[in-house]
Amino acid sequence: MSTSTGRRSTLPGFGLTMGLTLTWLSVIVLIPLAGLFLKTLELSPDQFWNILASRRTLNALKISFGLAFAAALVNLVMGTIIVWALVRYRFPGRRLFDAIVDVPFALPTAVAGIALTSLFAQKGWLGAPLAALGVKVAFTPIGIFVAMIFIGIPFVVRTVQPVLIDLDPEIEEAAASLGARRWQTVFRVILPSLIPALLTGLALAFARAVGEYGSVIFIAGNLPNVSEIAPLLIVIRLSEYRYADATAIAVVMLVASFLIIFVVNRLQRWAQTRIPAH
Amino acid sequence: MTMELQHSLSFAPPGQNAQPRASAAPGNLRTEPKPVRVVIIAIAITFLSIFVVLPLVVVFAQAFSKGASAYLAALSDPEALAAIRLTLLVAAISVTLNLVFGLIAAWAIAKFDFAGKTFLITLIDLPFSVSPVISGLVFVLLFGAQGFWGPWLQAHNVHVLFAVPGIALATIFVTFPFVARALIPLMQEQGTQEEEAAISLGASGLQTFFRVTLPNIKWGVLYGVLLCNARAMGEFGAVSVVSGHIRGETNTMPLLVEIRYDEYQFVASFAVASLLAMLALITLVAKTILERRLDEEELPREH
Repeated sequence: MSTSTGRRSTLPGFGLTMGLTLTWLSVIVLIPLAGLFLKTLELSPDQFWNILASRRTLNALKISFGLAFAAALVNLVMGTIIVWALVRYRFPGRRLFDAIVDVPFALPTAVAGIALTSLFAQKGWLGAPLAALGVKVAFTPIGIFVAMIFIGIPFVVRTVQPVLIDLDPEIEEAAASLGARRWQTVFRVILPSLIPALLTGLALAFARAVGEYGSVIFIAGNLPNVSEIAPLLIVIRLSEYRYADATAIAVVMLVASFLIIFVVNRLQRWAQTRIPAH
Repeated sequence: MTMELQHSLSFAPPGQNAQPRASAAPGNLRTEPKPVRVVIIAIAITFLSIFVVLPLVVVFAQAFSKGASAYLAALSDPEALAAIRLTLLVAAISVTLNLVFGLIAAWAIAKFDFAGKTFLITLIDLPFSVSPVISGLVFVLLFGAQGFWGPWLQAHNVHVLFAVPGIALATIFVTFPFVARALIPLMQEQGTQEEEAAISLGASGLQTFFRVTLPNIKWGVLYGVLLCNARAMGEFGAVSVVSGHIRGETNTMPLLVEIRYDEYQFVASFAVASLLAMLALITLVAKTILERRLDEEELPREH
């Protein structure tokens, strides 16, 4: 695989550090996750199917996956606009806004949850004017959507930003000097070369929003079948000691996140073949 | 033409260290008409202000809505103090363990070549992709009354779930990748030449690690610890599932935020939340500074 294998073997400690790495990884991550799958095997296929096909479970999964995808799409569009402004333009407070993009990463989800709820509640700073327009956000599915947009903001921006910064300026200049209009250069030359990064950001934002709990449950209203997300249903089933139900929903969500990881890995490989490293 | 050039230069990306390539290019072919630029900047600022700045501001506005004395009273209440102590304890445990693991894993992965390296990194990354609730659930399935080892633990009177060990385990799980992920690319970038030189001059493996490798990656270590700590102190979903919410005993700060909020004690809830928000802001400032240092840490190697 690599040309430097022989040269690198002079350093000591490979066996020991690799052994410790695999042991600790197994104890903390792999065995607990395997336990979840083992627990699912205790269910008969019929039981498993009945849990997933129940109206409440199906609706919770629909709400989590559907709204997460919608929020990720919003993040794709807004993230592209934000990253363009941050990388290509200069404006007062640019560095501050650049740093602020990471707030949803850093702010504990429970804090984000109560802050968004207070902001969008009927008497809140944004909730009151929206209520005057007849839009109710907090304690409705729109609230879930808003919280999912919040937590997804950094993903598209941070995956696209380095690619846009590294983009070869000569391509744009070539397009312009060959007579392309600016919008043609942007939409036919620049954006296509950002596609792998954009899709990676979309997938990461989607994955995060699907599993999100803390920032969503305060603003959601949590009405079964209407505004109850899948992670909350897992918590409810656990508190009712219905471990089988909790496990079955969790396995579906875990398999979905594995699929997303797979897609993201593929996208990154695609990106590497498209944009030669320099 | 000159007008246009001046015009676009004022909007050209800042040169300095961040975007050396862009600044070298003539700006006039590479930017949009002024109205387009203004609209794009306005959209970006409005969106970030509504979705990021306002939520931050509202936390502090609510926390101080009944004055500073109510704020301080909420924070000096025994349950709040117990939550702060537990949060610090759990963060100390999980950051320490993940730091040791991160250093060991980064040495094995970055300094040696072996088959399946990418797959191993994917496995280390797994906790980032798992829903926080599921991160808690897996430990309930292992250690709960109906779990694999629950009956044995009960028979021997060992408390994992609804106690500090369970909270620490769930926190270690969700913060697992931070240090390793900060160090692996940095150490790969730096290669193995300096370490090999130290070894060939007769240094032992540990001497090489502590005197050659560690000084080279110190900002990366700090970066990983910083992010790991922020997540450890702020984790909500995973901890909520394993904590049991025993008052004054197994409530961390994020859990207390929820409890106070559900009791309609909004000032108390937002007061604790404001501490966590300050932690997030300090983390971000430190992160920005460290990222600049990290650029320097990597730079000498690239040339």
